[in-house]
Amino acid sequence: MKGRRVTDDAKRSGFSRRSFLRGGAAGALSGGLAGGLLGGEAAGAAAANDADAAETVGPGAVEIELEVNGAARRLAVEPRVTLLDGLRDRLDVTGPKRVCDRGTCGACTVLEDGRPIYACSRLMIESAGRGIVTVEGLGSPDAMHDVQRAFVENDAQQCGYCTPGFVVAAAALLDRHPDPSEPEIEAGLGGNFCRCGTYKGIRDVVAGGVTGGASRG
Amino acid sequence: MADYSWPEADRRAQIGARPARLDGPVKSTGFAKYPSDQNPPGLLAARILTCPHAHARIAGIDVSAAEAMPGVRVVQVIQGEGAEIQWAGDEIAAVAAETEDIARDAVRAIRVDYEVLPHFVTEEDRDRAPGASAAGERTEGDPDAAFAAAHRTVERTLGMPQMAHMCLEPHGQVCSWDGDELEVHASTQAVSTLAGQFATELGVPASQVRIRTEYMGGGFGSKFSPDRWGIVGAELAREAGAPVKLFLERDQEVTVAGSRPSAFACIRAAADEQGKLVAWDSDSWGSGGLPGTGQTPLPYVFSRVPNRRLRHTSVPTNLAGSRAWRAPNHPQACFLTMSVLDDLADELGLDPIDFLERNLDLTGRADTYREELAIAAEMASWKERWQPRGRTREGAVQRGLGVSIHTWGGRGHSSNCDVTVHPDGAVEARIGSQDIGTGTRTIVGQVLAETFGLELDQVKVSLGDNVYPQSGPSGGSSTVGGVTASTRRAAQDALREVLVHVAPRLEAEPERLVAEGGRVFVDGDPSRGISWREAAASIGGAPIGVQGRNPGPGRLISSGVGGVQIAEVEVDMETGVVQVERMIAVQDCGLIVNRRLAESQVYGGLIMGVGYALYEEWIPDPVSGRLLNADMEFYKLAGLVDVGSLEVHMMTGPGYEDRGVIGLGEPPVISPGAAIGNAVANAIGVRVPYLPLTPDRVLDALAGRGGPA
Repeated sequence: MKGRRVTDDAKRSGFSRRSFLRGGAAGALSGGLAGGLLGGEAAGAAAANDADAAETVGPGAVEIELEVNGAARRLAVEPRVTLLDGLRDRLDVTGPKRVCDRGTCGACTVLEDGRPIYACSRLMIESAGRGIVTVEGLGSPDAMHDVQRAFVENDAQQCGYCTPGFVVAAAALLDRHPDPSEPEIEAGLGGNFCRCGTYKGIRDVVAGGVTGGASRG
Repeated sequence: MADYSWPEADRRAQIGARPARLDGPVKSTGFAKYPSDQNPPGLLAARILTCPHAHARIAGIDVSAAEAMPGVRVVQVIQGEGAEIQWAGDEIAAVAAETEDIARDAVRAIRVDYEVLPHFVTEEDRDRAPGASAAGERTEGDPDAAFAAAHRTVERTLGMPQMAHMCLEPHGQVCSWDGDELEVHASTQAVSTLAGQFATELGVPASQVRIRTEYMGGGFGSKFSPDRWGIVGAELAREAGAPVKLFLERDQEVTVAGSRPSAFACIRAAADEQGKLVAWDSDSWGSGGLPGTGQTPLPYVFSRVPNRRLRHTSVPTNLAGSRAWRAPNHPQACFLTMSVLDDLADELGLDPIDFLERNLDLTGRADTYREELAIAAEMASWKERWQPRGRTREGAVQRGLGVSIHTWGGRGHSSNCDVTVHPDGAVEARIGSQDIGTGTRTIVGQVLAETFGLELDQVKVSLGDNVYPQSGPSGGSSTVGGVTASTRRAAQDALREVLVHVAPRLEAEPERLVAEGGRVFVDGDPSRGISWREAAASIGGAPIGVQGRNPGPGRLISSGVGGVQIAEVEVDMETGVVQVERMIAVQDCGLIVNRRLAESQVYGGLIMGVGYALYEEWIPDPVSGRLLNADMEFYKLAGLVDVGSLEVHMMTGPGYEDRGVIGLGEPPVISPGAAIGNAVANAIGVRVPYLPLTPDRVLDALAGRGGPA
């Protein structure tokens, strides 16, 4: 597979086989953050794989497969479609919000193989074969993740449009740092903006609203 | 006439409690479907072509290439040949296509020839403004004589620029036609009034326009109308025969979908030897884009200064028109006034809180402010920690304290609410209001639960749909009063009907029965009672339905609040960087319905206030006429780490709660600019005359330069 130029015919099998090969890593994610944040090893392996695979695709639609909130999803997208737009417009996964659409505000934050990323700043084809967890994948209204429950209890939301991104970012922060220091909070949540002014509640969430980390969800 | 009132303090189970917001779980899990999340089958995506010039005439437009592109369904010219465009970002044409990317491609393929015309966008530069118009002069008393006789006078030129609403969910809607019936999922603050505006523009009866807004991602005063993109979206959908989603791109949102007018003023204020204000003279100007802007209420709060002269000039610019921004005119008036009064206090050698207290008889609510100032000063340890202006410690970083006071009306708007009691005990309210993030859904539920003696999870609230009884737009902090009053009246009437049915069984007059704790019983004798479910069963087979209205009888709401804020800042004298360390808010809002949500409003106001005090401004480019920061990288919102430690104290008890429910959304956002500005002046010893207090402006002030606005 490495270094292979993907033709239209090869793409289908190529992407699906890659996702099969990565199934083990993605499967570990199916319990929300249970697999924890990917350490340097797995992330490094994924990056090396990408670097070797100098594929040329597009401009037409490319068939890809990825895992979204634990379910395998297969679709054809143009290479220019961002992960965010693909999730929202093609898969109807609308928890992640499009606000700045250029990697500033964090409203589109999702987990890719356990790492928080801005879905607006990643092409969907880059996520082929990977596991995506959005805010909907962390919990549901009847079975909330600890971080989601803490957002409710601390009233860390008003209009709620920034909330999905903040919840995912806070879950990732607490997964890595169950008792985050000020610099860790700054690094973990400094990439998200709220307009209504809910930072007091969000700070309470990460400072004490949740203990034991996101993986308890 | 029936009596409508709130329960006495010792009998309130819900009013004043701290329940979590009802829609918290769906919002924190991403399950809440906002208008921009609607994806009906067959949905088309639309994009708008905007004008890149601040002033131009359209010499020609060619959409043929766009129309010919595969996947493009409709191309609509909004403003065609001959049209004069007055601001960059104005809408020229729109495309509906099978995907958003195709729509964007098609917009790029539209060719427009512009005849570029001269523009003017520098609002602070009044003397160069081509269309400036003076509003005339208003004088009370004899300001010239008062200034001549005064003990101390200060004169300052101050101001704050236009800034953006920056709603996170952009303006827009999803429009779907079924025959000649239109359904609009709109991100709006005005569910009940939007249909008529769509109908007029589209030539259909308003009865055939359905507006739905279950959730919406922020408005702050900018989302009251369908706007041109709303009408265009509906027209595209009608022509395409398919639903159309049209939400603004971020640069469009920042440029055309909402700004707060600027305010500048040259102000003189004077006091006598007792530190009493005796004279005020202000020459103000400002812009709200093309329409210019009216005068802010000066002198703010201290409106009874005996000798006053006011002049104002409206400055139109080639920028999109401003919109109501949370507490319209007040943050500007507050900054202009409280900055000058703080400087005057310094000139008099007075502690600014002392100076404000000496002049409270010039305000409309002296007692409230006096009480709040004492509480705020205590919270801030003001007496121990405040020092006169100037360097107070070693090193580059200086610390300062500043204070400001503010007021707002907040009377409840017109509202109708249907309350239904079902024979199985289910209780629901339907109201054509909207929850813009303030917690409207939750407080309506609390009023229901309070009235029927139930828990919050035992009642149902439906809003965000214009099939429900009309309720006013959410603006001016008018929603909480309107919806709680209409809901309470309906609920009390419905309960009285239930009690009439229950009375014979309990062998008591209906007037002696109460509903509390999930039971209906004889007041004072809880043993003579039955469960709510049994009580509801007694109404027979049909539900009881009652509509409540506001305005209406009974003392449920009123208006007029006061608030005090204190800011503590650190300023680096070498870099000019200001860091807010602490904000204290003491706020009155009458009877608090939900303590937790009320506090959230105040925290939110403080945080938004830090943003406009330190970071936020529209930056128009004089050369191109376009905004240089129509994005979120260079239009800076405050982040979580920028806002310091926040403390809120809500005024409660006699004298406050007995005034009934009063709105709270606007007041806490009014004072932060002034309080932070005064804290910076206290820290560095000189006034920084223009907001936001960016490092360049701070360094200019330290260097003795007024600096450009």
